[in-house]
Amino acid sequence: MKQLLYSKRLAPYFFILPFLVTLAVFWVVPLGRSFVMSTQEVLYGQATFIGLDNYERLWQDRIFWQALFNSLRYMVLTLVLLIPIPLALAALINSNIGSARIKGFFKASMFVPALTSVVVAGIVFRLIFAESDTAIMNQVAEFFGFGPVRWLRGDITGLVALLAIALWRWTGVNMMYFLAGMQAIPTEYYEAASIDGASRFRQFLHITVPNLRPTIVYVVTISVYGGLAMFLESFMLYAGNNSPNNQGLTVVGYLYRKGIEENDLGFASAVGVVLLVIVMTINISYLVASGTFRKEAA
Amino acid sequence: MTRLRTTVSMLTAALAVTALAACGGSQPEAPVKNADGSTTLNMWTFADVHATYYEEMAERWNEANPDQEIQLEVTVYPYDDMHNKLQLAVNSGEGLPDVVDIEVNKFANFVKGENPPLLDLTEAAAPYKDDVVQARLDLYSKDGKIYGFPTHVGAFTTFYNTEALEGAGIDYSTIKTWDDFQEAGVKYHEETGKAFGVASTSVMFLEPLITAQLGGQYIDTDGNVQVNSPEVVEALSMMKDMQDAGAISTIPGGSPDSEEAYGAINDGDYAAIVYPAWYTSRFVDYMPDLAGKVAIAPAPVPDDAVVQTIGGGGTGAAVPAVSPNKDLAAQWLAFAKLSPEANVAVWEVLGFDPVNMAVWEDEAVTKNPDNKFNKYFQTNLFDVLNEVKDGIGHFESFSDPNWPTVDDTFRTVTLNEIYENGTPVQEALDQTQADLQNQLGQ
Repeated sequence: MKQLLYSKRLAPYFFILPFLVTLAVFWVVPLGRSFVMSTQEVLYGQATFIGLDNYERLWQDRIFWQALFNSLRYMVLTLVLLIPIPLALAALINSNIGSARIKGFFKASMFVPALTSVVVAGIVFRLIFAESDTAIMNQVAEFFGFGPVRWLRGDITGLVALLAIALWRWTGVNMMYFLAGMQAIPTEYYEAASIDGASRFRQFLHITVPNLRPTIVYVVTISVYGGLAMFLESFMLYAGNNSPNNQGLTVVGYLYRKGIEENDLGFASAVGVVLLVIVMTINISYLVASGTFRKEAA
Repeated sequence: MTRLRTTVSMLTAALAVTALAACGGSQPEAPVKNADGSTTLNMWTFADVHATYYEEMAERWNEANPDQEIQLEVTVYPYDDMHNKLQLAVNSGEGLPDVVDIEVNKFANFVKGENPPLLDLTEAAAPYKDDVVQARLDLYSKDGKIYGFPTHVGAFTTFYNTEALEGAGIDYSTIKTWDDFQEAGVKYHEETGKAFGVASTSVMFLEPLITAQLGGQYIDTDGNVQVNSPEVVEALSMMKDMQDAGAISTIPGGSPDSEEAYGAINDGDYAAIVYPAWYTSRFVDYMPDLAGKVAIAPAPVPDDAVVQTIGGGGTGAAVPAVSPNKDLAAQWLAFAKLSPEANVAVWEVLGFDPVNMAVWEDEAVTKNPDNKFNKYFQTNLFDVLNEVKDGIGHFESFSDPNWPTVDDTFRTVTLNEIYENGTPVQEALDQTQADLQNQLGQ
């Protein structure tokens, strides 16, 4: 017994055991169950094997493709917005412009949205983008000379509202990732570059960005997943899972509708499996293309 | 030192085991009684007004049955949240209440399959069954078993803001057909610039009403969807024509039964609301400024109506089959929803049209001058209801197991396409038909 407890060979396994157990219980087992359920018709206390029927229905389901399109569109646009903007802000904070106190305040206030609840934020944004002409965004619109907009009724304007939430919420977080990455870059590089006469912009382009690559790869990977798995923002913004013409419906929203709202858990599992395959395909090909899996060059 | 370490690891292991065991705790099967001999019944509902009603019915039950007292604990959740929570609970068989209100558009979800998770209430209903409108029990029945008790008939009526109409020189009592309704609406709209009726996008009531009046169905007797059948197309076209002519308009919040809409109607922005009779409670509770200014009249009909009106909306109260107190819960629920005194209370507390039609004729109840609904409205609801009493049809599609999906698709896509985006009616309905056939595997 004593030998077993103090064994050097077993110790590492013992220490990673908590992680392995949680991974198995909360991830691998449910995942396996989802695969099984996606081939079943699930009713109360009875599950019938129906082969690939759920996937066939999914393939022909116009609403699913619409949800997938919505999710992909949202994911791409969040990447377009949430990589360059936080990167620029992080570079600004990392530079020696402005006083440290102001920058500290700026950093903190950019990060606060990430600490608030999406539920509360969604409700507040719903009010901001309300139809009435006294709502904040319509006041802004009026100031710029166009009439009240029915934000959450139109496809594009609804998307603008969703992106506004994403921007508000995640800019600070991504900025922090980039800032942390930038502070790890040795200052000698910049000194050398400035001695060689490189401008600040060229330094940013040729020193900061290449050295930030691991951080950028990480942020892109989690953003791809986050964008495709987005649900709560849309759910709160539209006060439920039903938006006009399904304009705010995401893949996870569709999974929720089918599984929870319409009690078709087999079909919902198929949606979940397809989402997993899509996310993994995009992310793994991105990680391979960006060279993350390559062994570190000596 | 070694001993301490061993003790610590033993303790940790013990804690972990206890924690795991706690997760798997099972509920006792036998009825649970409180110290004073009463039984606690947990109930979920999605409407505040229902909670008030059930609490009153629990008190009355306790007065009549001192040997079987109950302690009713009602929890009110938002509509979607409650049904989703219930869906998860019945699938897992854990964390269920003893009694639950299920809205009619969601009910079919809970009686799917061969062993529905709800208790068969047929026996509990037996003493009261003959006095109750059969069509309303049918809504919550499957294979001859009753799984839920109805609250109201929900016959369609029209609520006119007479003050607003008089200003435009319109006499609501002359409106009988949908043509009259359209004509009055156009005149009102031109006269005042305001909206007359409502084209709802997030609730589908008028479309099934007109379809039924024309003799059609959304789902045929074999369970196949037919939402592009001639009657449905005609019903939607009539609605669209009325919208184009200016007689009906979309409303903030998507339907008259939403917070934003209450405000707009209360401000006099909409003058004629065609809705099930239970909408009385919304006026009294949420639109105090209109007290004394609203008249109730029958819903308009087409020229050659097959039925005059149907029941719209509804809530089936059910008992989950795993509840340890299910027998008492079923007895109380039958008393609370089907008994004659319950039906009187349905009118007096909720302002709904009760399913026990004997109450409709009891003038001591219906014409009571102290009743808050009689005080609020210019006309008596039951005068209107008795006028259409023999013309109340049953819209079979409402009780079809696939109705939740049909209703959902219309409320998210089809009605928006037609009323908001101007998609031609035939095209929108053909698309919906194709979508539904695929979704339902037909």
